[in-house]
Amino acid sequence: MSITLNINGQDHLIDVDPQMPLLWAIRETVGLTGTKFGCGIAQCGNCTVIVDGNAVRSCNTPVAAAAGKAIRTIEGVSEGNDHPVQQAWQELTVPQCGYCQSGQIMSAVALLEKSPDPTDNEIDKAMAGNICRCGTYPRIRAAIHRAAELSKT
Amino acid sequence: MKHMNLTRRSFMKITTSAAGGLAVGIHFPSMAEASVEGAAAEINAWLTIDPNNIVSIVTPQTEMGQGAFTAVPMMVAEELDIPWENVRHVYASANRHVNNDNLYTTTSTGGSTTVSRRHPYMMQAGASARERLRVAAANRWQVPVDKVTAKQGWLTTEHDEQGTLQGTYGEFAAEAAAVTLDEEPTIKAYGDWWLLGRDVPRLDVPLKTNGTATYPIDVSVPGMVHAAAMACPVPEGRLVSYDFEAVRDMPGVIAAVELEQVKEVPAFTDLRSGVAIVADSWYQAQNALAVMPIVWDYGRGVAISTESQMAEAMQLISQPGALVLNEDGNVGRRLDRGVNHDAVHGIIEASASQVTGEVYYRPFETHATMMPPCAVADVKDDRVDVWTFTQDIARSLNEVADQLGRDTENVFLHQTYLGGGFGGGYNMDVHRQAAAISAAVGRPVKVVRSREEDVAQDSQRPPVWGTYKAALGEDGLPEALVTHFVGEEKIPAFSQRGVANMPYLVPNRRHEYSAVQSHIPIGYHRAPGANSTGFIVEQMVDELAQAGGWDPLEWRIKMTEGNEPWQRVLLAMKEKSGWTTDMGRGEGMGLAVVASHGTVAGCVATVAVSRRGQIFIDKLDFYINSGYVINPLAAREQAESSAIWEMSHAMYGGLVIRDGRIVNTNFDSYQVMKMADTPPEIVVHLEMSEDQWWGGLGEPTGPPTPPAVANAIFYATGTRVRSTPLANAEL
Repeated sequence: MSITLNINGQDHLIDVDPQMPLLWAIRETVGLTGTKFGCGIAQCGNCTVIVDGNAVRSCNTPVAAAAGKAIRTIEGVSEGNDHPVQQAWQELTVPQCGYCQSGQIMSAVALLEKSPDPTDNEIDKAMAGNICRCGTYPRIRAAIHRAAELSKT
Repeated sequence: MKHMNLTRRSFMKITTSAAGGLAVGIHFPSMAEASVEGAAAEINAWLTIDPNNIVSIVTPQTEMGQGAFTAVPMMVAEELDIPWENVRHVYASANRHVNNDNLYTTTSTGGSTTVSRRHPYMMQAGASARERLRVAAANRWQVPVDKVTAKQGWLTTEHDEQGTLQGTYGEFAAEAAAVTLDEEPTIKAYGDWWLLGRDVPRLDVPLKTNGTATYPIDVSVPGMVHAAAMACPVPEGRLVSYDFEAVRDMPGVIAAVELEQVKEVPAFTDLRSGVAIVADSWYQAQNALAVMPIVWDYGRGVAISTESQMAEAMQLISQPGALVLNEDGNVGRRLDRGVNHDAVHGIIEASASQVTGEVYYRPFETHATMMPPCAVADVKDDRVDVWTFTQDIARSLNEVADQLGRDTENVFLHQTYLGGGFGGGYNMDVHRQAAAISAAVGRPVKVVRSREEDVAQDSQRPPVWGTYKAALGEDGLPEALVTHFVGEEKIPAFSQRGVANMPYLVPNRRHEYSAVQSHIPIGYHRAPGANSTGFIVEQMVDELAQAGGWDPLEWRIKMTEGNEPWQRVLLAMKEKSGWTTDMGRGEGMGLAVVASHGTVAGCVATVAVSRRGQIFIDKLDFYINSGYVINPLAAREQAESSAIWEMSHAMYGGLVIRDGRIVNTNFDSYQVMKMADTPPEIVVHLEMSEDQWWGGLGEPTGPPTPPAVANAIFYATGTRVRSTPLANAEL
């Protein structure tokens, strides 16, 4: 079935099973590999993308459900790796293995767009769907606060 | 005396091998891109310098978040004396390493050894290159070599007639490549460093904030198909049959490939009996595999469960175990000192002051790296290319060659970033699966494990049970101590490390070992052995201290007298942590110290336990004596990382086995720590001994964290929690 996906402002006409998870359409069909596979059951957040402003787990979102909506992936966060969240992540050397960080960054970007200066509680809630086995959580928390600061200036 | 030996032939040979080194395999974007390729001269196998003075330093170890791709270039650059801004990292060629007598000594990446064990030859490579650059400059300028300085990328001399002469390393690189030194320089000592010891942000961070870092799962080869594979859900079991006809017509399905197991019981990295579906996309392959009828012969494992192993362990631990003098013949020296092992039981039985411990338990844990195991293989008649999840590129290359019966000269195993490792990248067969499937279908293939298949087939961390009995002397300190730990049969060391060689000097000491039967494959799991034994030993110590009327910190200080690395950690804790065993009801401080990987790591945990029994870790305070630290920023990051990693397992983990198979195979049932669980305050004190050495830093803060928390829970509630997950404890 032909489906049009709008990813990072660009339309992609793809011919896939409408039940196929959005994750695999993004990675394998469109070829944007920054979004990662981790669990397949929306429990780890590696696959987080932003759809119409909300952080969603693309691994269990059928591609048909994303048709016509505005999808943002890590590749669309900025041109020059300089979005305030990316700047803060670099400044505080957040990533270790880095595999979960696309998902972490997408969750953080969605959070800050809704709540520009989040409390620790809001951060805990917004980031509850994102696992990091390297345990970079303390730096992620600090970097979200730092990104909020950078966004103000 | 150093002399120049530049002949056209040797120059040609070196430039050819440099180009060959760079041209091997498919090129990925990396920090090396700014280097002028082709024009760069290879000074030795570790580094090339281009005309713009950009130095590309080879890292044979894998990068899985621990910082090898920064640490290795730092060690080489320290000696080369080149501005850090001029340094790029490049992947080592596994093919070149394997086929040139292990050119880089080892590509293994584990045991927290990249800095601690490998620095001598890595620093030597930089020092040697620097000296050859000096010789090259001396020869061109016709001055004695001791008149040439090499500093921050510049070679300089004061020429008698021409005044100051200067050139960049890049200008002399080609000539330096042909220099032979009569004598290798001595590497710098601590105190002479300009780069090591500084906070250096890891080089790979920017690639990991915009999705451009490449992992095996991101590799794409023209014509590539996708595979989902399954081995017997009961480990050691074998495939009997499968019905491909039932799924042949499903969308995208191309083929089924049987994975043949050669040995009766496979070694950890052998291909395990199973079957794979190959399809146009991984989603299609996984869908077909999930519904394809498969018949397995489950083997002996089907009779084993968490309950059966627990019953067996409790039976074993109630009887005497086998005497353990040391582990691998290289630890346990303290245990042997002046001890009559055979008399220890008798001393305890005759004592009027006996302490009998209960049984402690740590269950199986899994790696669950964020990137599920995956590999890409492109098997052609004359060449094989593989990208895979591995912590040892050479070992994996050799295994692929073995799998396919190919000469290693024609096998190329390419490094990528890894989505976590934690030991999981050693005992792995996903690269063999990819190679076997690609060979069978005649096309490049990418194999990705579902999370469920990853956890079901992972080489797990084995369970450990432990108990003890002791006799106390008049001073309240133990006079005799027997520990008995039950482990798993395949790697006894994992239940002996940290206890057989514990630092507390008890005059009469005996350690015993027993093993349960287990079919579950096992492997290295960040601080293997110490991660489980530490939980038991460091709570036993608190129980012994309490029984003898000692403060647990003072007990440890007394029992490690004369052991400077431990004393430094313990005394720092006493001075800085605000240590107390009395914080009032519902709050507690606990401490634990565990040595692993040549490093002594102590943790003081502050916890609060709610009336409903919920545990909150308010603070983790670490005191680490690893000797030299080359990058304190990265050291602190690793300390935090290891602690959170191990608290995940202690708080929530524990694999459950039923009918021989692991039941909790995804993050819904195998829970790990998340943002909200993370202690609000983690402090890392790097306490360096005067008498320095090189200890590892990738793992050691994991083992002391859970026992420190469990000890804190005891002081908060009066309840001792002897098994994990702690979240299940009734408080």
